[in-house]
Parts: sequence; structure tokens; C-alpha cells
Amino acid sequence: VSGFTLYALTAVALFTIGLYGLIARRHLVRRIIAVNFMGGGVFLLLGAGAARPAADGLVDPVPHAMVITGIVVAVSATALALTLAARITAATGSPRLPESGAPGDSGA
Amino acid sequence: MNAPPAQRLMAAALSLLFGGGVAWVVLQLPAESTGLATLAYEALPRSGVSNPVTAVLLNYRSYDTLLETGVLLLALCGVWSLCRDEDWGGMPGAAARLLDGGPQLPAFVRVIAPAGVLVGGYLLWAGSHAPGGAFQAGTVLAATAALLLLGRLALPPSTGSIGARAVVVAGFVAFFGAGLLFMAGPRAFLEYPPALAKPLIVTIETVLTISIAATLALLIAGPPSAPPPPAGHGR
Repeated sequence: VSGFTLYALTAVALFTIGLYGLIARRHLVRRIIAVNFMGGGVFLLLGAGAARPAADGLVDPVPHAMVITGIVVAVSATALALTLAARITAATGSPRLPESGAPGDSGA
Repeated sequence: MNAPPAQRLMAAALSLLFGGGVAWVVLQLPAESTGLATLAYEALPRSGVSNPVTAVLLNYRSYDTLLETGVLLLALCGVWSLCRDEDWGGMPGAAARLLDGGPQLPAFVRVIAPAGVLVGGYLLWAGSHAPGGAFQAGTVLAATAALLLLGRLALPPSTGSIGARAVVVAGFVAFFGAGLLFMAGPRAFLEYPPALAKPLIVTIETVLTISIAATLALLIAGPPSAPPPPAGHGR
């Protein structure tokens, strides 16, 4: 197994865990953490892809630049999402969104 | 608390299916690839910096980076907009006020904060020739500021303060202004003359670092949570 394959599969695993958490979890903070897992997977994949061995031994700097701005944008998006979650909790008394058609879900 | 078991099972199946598909696609990628490395290194002598990542961020793809600094501003506008009407323009930081961590956190922050400022300053300075740059430095400085807020060693500025707002937008304005600077000649928006690229990039990065640090720290501080002072715009 090459280094790239190992990192890339780890990245896909992180993304998959995040995707599952986003669908299966109801608590908004858990969902925000899940989206950050997915973002972590994408950043890891970009980093791994950039470091694939090249004929001239150069590492592609473009994905690195995307990852560094991506991380900062992800932090700011997370801050906005957490503020929204806090506002929703303050307004409705529950850190979960009301789900239509969910049996026995009283927001508890 | 969570979704019912049947839904969770479906979510797991769906995620695994999707993850498997992505894994299959990723494994089809050629094991060897130069990507854009050759192009990026060829143009490096004309970019004004010797760190290829900084060259991508602030020269080749500076339009992208400019818009990303705009995204940070929009996120801060979004966070501030979520306050109660009467708190608009007031001071943020309810979370920090709720936290009573005892004396350990302030003592720790007093030790770590000077190191944070030093590391942030180094990352900014190193950015033109080694790993580092405005985003890295801004993030470290923002983390230092967040620790100062959490340790209650510093108060966040009032969100209505002209000074705080000026610091937050300065990076975007400087970046945008530098982009306009040479448009009178044959050059395009954000295209710098190679001879002036280095001073321009270093100036943009310096202002950008301060703005990114302030924006991220204010994002962490959260929406205004106390009414603004009745007169003036003091902190």
C-alpha cells in the first residue's frame, strides 16, 4: 500500500463517518462536528493528492493553498453554524430541529 | 435522542455505499501526478515570493483568496446578525462570561499568550520563503486572542466600534486596493508587476493577518450579548 493510498482511504473513511453522523445524529452540535469530519476528510485527500510522487519530484502547491484557506473558511462556517445552533436552542429550548414525520420525536 | 434504529441503519448503508464509491474513484487516480507543480515552480521567479504555496494564494490564484477573505467577513456579519435587537452594536463574549474556570486558565494563558504572538509573527514573516503566511499566522493569533478572552484577561471590543470594524475589513480592502492599483496600465485586476510583487504581497499579507486574526477571534467571541454603551463608541 502506497502512502497516497493509505492517506486517501483514511480521508474517505473520515468523510464517510461524517456523512453518517450528519444523517443519523439529531443534536445540532453533533451534526456540526460531523460536517467538520467531512471537511477534514476532504482536506486530507487534497493534501495526499498533492504529495503523489511526480517525475520531477515536485509537490503540487495548489491543493495546499486550497486547504489552508479551506480550513480558515471551515472555522468561520463552523462559528456561524454554532451561533445558529445556540440561537435555535435559546429560541426553541431544544438543540434539535423539529423533524416532521418522526414517530415519537418530541424534541427531547 | 438519535434517529430510530431503522433510519440509522439506512444512514449507515447509504454512507458506506457513498464512501465505497468515493474510495473506488480515489483508487482509480494515477499514482503519479505532477498536477500543476511544474507550472507553479516555473512562474515562481516572477511571483515575488519563493514559497510556492504563498505564490498560489497571493499571486496565481489571488482572486480566489480575495473572495475567501470576503467569506470570513460574511460569516462575521452572519454571527453578529443573530443577536437580539437591543444588543446590536454591543459587546460579544457571553460564552466567556459564563465560563468560570478558576485561576488555572488565566495563569496558563499568561504563559502561552506571548508564545502565541511570537509564533504568529514568525509565521507571517516566514510566509514569503517557507511554510507560513497570512492564514496560518492569523489562525494562531486568533487562537491566542480566544484564549485571552476565555481567560478573561482581555475584553472583546464592542461590535459597534468603528475601530474594530475597520480592523476586520482592512485586509479585504488592502487586498482589493492592491488589485486595482495597476489596472490603469495593460494589467488585469490583481495582476502585479513582477518587480513590485514582493512588497505588495508582504503588505497584503501583513494587513490580512491582522484582519483574519481579528475576524476569527470575533467569530469565536460570538454575537453581541450585551446592549451597547449609551454614548460614544468606547470599548
